[in-house]
Amino acid sequence: MGDVALAAGIMFGIALFFGVILAIAYKKMRVEEDPRIDEVVARLPGANCGACGQPGCRAFAELTVQGKLSPGKCTVNSADGIADIADYLGVAADLQEKRVARLHCAGGKSAVRNLADYRGSSSCRSAVVVNGGGRACPWGCLGLGDCARSCSFDAIAMNADGLPVVDVVKCTACNDCVVVCPLSLLSIHAISDHVLVQCSSPLTGLMAKASCYVACDACGRCALDAPENVIVMQGGLPIVKAPSIATATATFRCPTGAIQWVEGNQFTQETTDRRRHA
Amino acid sequence: MSLFKMFAQAATFRHGVHPPEHKHATEGLAIERMGFVPEYVLPLSQHIGAPSKPVVSVGDKVVRGQLLAGPGGFISTSLHAPVTGTVTAIELRRHPNGKEALSLVLTTDPFASQRFVPTGPLGIPNTTAELVQRVQDAGIVGLGGAAFPSHVKLAVPEGKKVRFVLLNGCECEPYLTCDHRVMVERPDAVVRGLRIAMAQLNAEKAWIGVENNKPDAIKALRNAADGDPTIEIVGLEVKYPQGAEKMLIDAVLHKEVPSGKLPLDLEIVVHNVGTAAALADLFDAGTPLIERVVTVTGPGIRRPANVLVPIGTPVRALVEHCGGLLPGVRQVILGGPMMGMAQKTLDVPVTKGTSGVLALIDPARDADEQPCIRCGRCLEACPMHLNPQRLALMVRNERAAEVEALHITDCFECASCSFACPSNLPLVQWMRVGKGLIKQKKAVS
Repeated sequence: MGDVALAAGIMFGIALFFGVILAIAYKKMRVEEDPRIDEVVARLPGANCGACGQPGCRAFAELTVQGKLSPGKCTVNSADGIADIADYLGVAADLQEKRVARLHCAGGKSAVRNLADYRGSSSCRSAVVVNGGGRACPWGCLGLGDCARSCSFDAIAMNADGLPVVDVVKCTACNDCVVVCPLSLLSIHAISDHVLVQCSSPLTGLMAKASCYVACDACGRCALDAPENVIVMQGGLPIVKAPSIATATATFRCPTGAIQWVEGNQFTQETTDRRRHA
Repeated sequence: MSLFKMFAQAATFRHGVHPPEHKHATEGLAIERMGFVPEYVLPLSQHIGAPSKPVVSVGDKVVRGQLLAGPGGFISTSLHAPVTGTVTAIELRRHPNGKEALSLVLTTDPFASQRFVPTGPLGIPNTTAELVQRVQDAGIVGLGGAAFPSHVKLAVPEGKKVRFVLLNGCECEPYLTCDHRVMVERPDAVVRGLRIAMAQLNAEKAWIGVENNKPDAIKALRNAADGDPTIEIVGLEVKYPQGAEKMLIDAVLHKEVPSGKLPLDLEIVVHNVGTAAALADLFDAGTPLIERVVTVTGPGIRRPANVLVPIGTPVRALVEHCGGLLPGVRQVILGGPMMGMAQKTLDVPVTKGTSGVLALIDPARDADEQPCIRCGRCLEACPMHLNPQRLALMVRNERAAEVEALHITDCFECASCSFACPSNLPLVQWMRVGKGLIKQKKAVS
């Protein structure tokens, strides 16, 4: 009986000893942290996507609390969520314009000529090392979905035509798909950039149309129809200098539909129809 | 023959595979020429290194052998007119690598003589620098397939020396017989080219490595060498990829080139037999590299042949010269079946590195991929002693650091691993993807 009491006493003594040390350490070595950081983290989406340029949501929250970043820099958060953080911290929300990834190719299965069947490993990166897959246009989308697999937000889906469709609601402009595309066909655009060139082929005239019927043949009509110096022809493609100023008129006379006025998702039925009538 | 020699195995390297040879269709056929076609397409980048720079403009009339484009750097080479005609365009044309590349387009003059008239001086130059310059100006590249500019391997860098020259007559790729025919029909040119290279590099000894399935080539070269003690013709066991530079050095000299080093670090230089013949042609007849021997073969070719064609000949015309494709052709490859590039169209030109045109009715990689069963056959096949299945796993998961740590840069894409894999995994394709991953990682950081 005495042994048990002794053992319990020793254990209690050890516990008391360490407890005292911990209590002292807590008092002496305490790092004061702004409690608002935790509150801001709780209001962030928690995706740790890096779209804001910070290594994660906590780092973003720390900078936001210090006033170095505005809550609106988090493009993933909803407008309400941003307003909530701004309200809590008493700063301006400074909403950023939503930015999304856009594909600069409309050459789906129905548009681009297929020269051969590709039977290798099913990824764009693999296809590009063996003669670039079977499609005739070496600049066009390979349609094997590396971008869709790389997306952490499930924002990219391959449509029936074999093109990736970026869901503008889910897209956070995190840049993952832009990096993974071996042909660099995706780039980040502001949602208000309505005039998009959906072709990357530098070929001109019949050479361009020989492999794909939605290719830009560099006729230059869009450049003529847009306000001066808004669209310039360069390297067989129109370059939209001021996408938010350009008006839809510039796209009306495009013979192949390579330049499009896009609101919302790309490759919707509406834009496809417009292309057919072109 | 001594008793020892009777039982001794033929020299070779460790690992490797032995694919069916399929050389019977063309190995006995003499090299033939084909008629000139209306148009030739010459991509400015047909070799390893910087693209050539055009020195002609659209509309210029050129004669056969005239300089069209000069080198774009030291590791680069020149390009010459394969026919007398007119430069009709400098534009993007389809390249055998699957992309569209800037190319010179030549329209043949149907009424002009196509005889080549040398313009430069003949004979061996006095200084080594001059010889290197002449080889670069003649646009000579390694004709084995990689198309590495030959003058780079004829210039000994400061502080280095070369003791041995190896000529590569292995032609270990199945189906191909272009080097074989060059050795049988032009052994004197091969030996002459070798002697030029030896004199230039100040080498003391040379070997010509030929696989034992080409006894007529070995005999012809022995006759041509005529008992020269400094030139030895070595018969090698038939095995793939013996024609790879490092494998040939292992087979002939039993030396291993360390990872990341060049044969030059072991005082060795390796050239292809076709390149040696091209060197002899340059210094004896003044001919720049304007044509090469291409083996057109495979079950899908009506009349297989070894054809001497001008560089830039459209593959479609070459195939038509050989009777066209048989019905049911499912794959056309430029080069050999192991390392060649599958094509999606015949509208590509023959380049300096094109050793063969192969039409297959029953492609090897036809069945679907199965999971890896860890049998280890790829390990036993890999001549560089890498672990292809582990590399493939890391590549698929995009782990660039591990891929690099597993020495992917040593892989020269011989495809022995893919050939050996019973699960039909496209291992060598992933090796290529892996090299891209590392490049991308370096570009980002």
